[in-house]
Amino acid sequence: MMVRAQALAEIAKLRGDALVVAVYSSAFEWLEVSPHPLNFLAVGAMGQAATNALGFAIGLPDKRIIVLDGDGSLLMNLGTLVTIANVAPENLTHFVGYNGCYEANGEHPIPGRDVVSFAGFARSAGYKTVTEFRDVATMAQELPAFMEAPGPRFATLFVQPSIKPELDYALVHGEAARKRFAAGLAEDRARLAASR
Amino acid sequence: MEQAIARSQLSGSSIIAAIKQAQVRTVVALPDITTSAGLLWPLSRDEELRLIRVCKEDEGITICSALSYCDHRAIMSMQQTGLFDSLNAVRGIAVEYKHPVCMLVGLLGKEPGVPTEQSKKYSVRVVEPVLRAMEVDHLVIETDADIPKITTAINRAYEVSRPVVILFGTRVRP
Repeated sequence: MMVRAQALAEIAKLRGDALVVAVYSSAFEWLEVSPHPLNFLAVGAMGQAATNALGFAIGLPDKRIIVLDGDGSLLMNLGTLVTIANVAPENLTHFVGYNGCYEANGEHPIPGRDVVSFAGFARSAGYKTVTEFRDVATMAQELPAFMEAPGPRFATLFVQPSIKPELDYALVHGEAARKRFAAGLAEDRARLAASR
Repeated sequence: MEQAIARSQLSGSSIIAAIKQAQVRTVVALPDITTSAGLLWPLSRDEELRLIRVCKEDEGITICSALSYCDHRAIMSMQQTGLFDSLNAVRGIAVEYKHPVCMLVGLLGKEPGVPTEQSKKYSVRVVEPVLRAMEVDHLVIETDADIPKITTAINRAYEVSRPVVILFGTRVRP
């Protein structure tokens, strides 16, 4: 089991200019680990983070897209694994933090805790590259190759619950946050267009 | 008799032209029997449009929303049952986030020419009241003369950054 912030820090080292879609508890930690104009916090409708990332991957085919999903969130929308694999965006990397509970809602266990295999789901759905990370040292060693492997790629991160009290959701997905993201994305796209 | 039935159905090719006129490049869809032969199959063969097939309707709401950030116009095509199933995504991602999510919805079971709220079918009768309660703009396309309204509705959704639901009141013919 990893401390989630440590696992996220490994991803942040390789983030570059990627657009990152993050959910719930991961989102709050990600904002601290990797503050960036292209952080999109997907908490408006639970379960939609990976699909949101798919939309960005289709709309921005030259951009690397990373989604930091949750286990409870992904369980709400398992079909999206099939949708994503069917579209097969090379530029999409999908992480799911497996803490076995609905951390932001009282730490109740997810159905099938300790039984379901998200890597198994992703593999069966048709993701090109699938793996699991259980400790930070191994993750640090293997993550660079994973991030360069054929996409869409999927990794389960086995993490401990690490909820912080009094999460300020307006901060991460309120209107001001959405406008900041839209402005950051427009600036990024203009910069890319100018460099061509 | 067959000609009369055809006249009561909507022109799929005109709907596709209206969608293209609104600069839509991607259609996200789940099959719906009222639009399948006349709209979705022809769309799937149209080289100017990209079709994304999804497993569940709320995925389409989210994909259209994300694409709107990328200046890439898209629509979601589904049946009213799928619209009901995706209401939380419509609520959170389209309405509360103020995104121009455009939805084409086939009304399974609607009687041609009968206003939706006078339908004998519960699943048809409650569609517009639900959309009104959710403060979602919507319109009903009943005849070919209504089809230009599709372009206008999509353009307006993107201009004001609000969702819109376009309800098909009759079957769509190829």
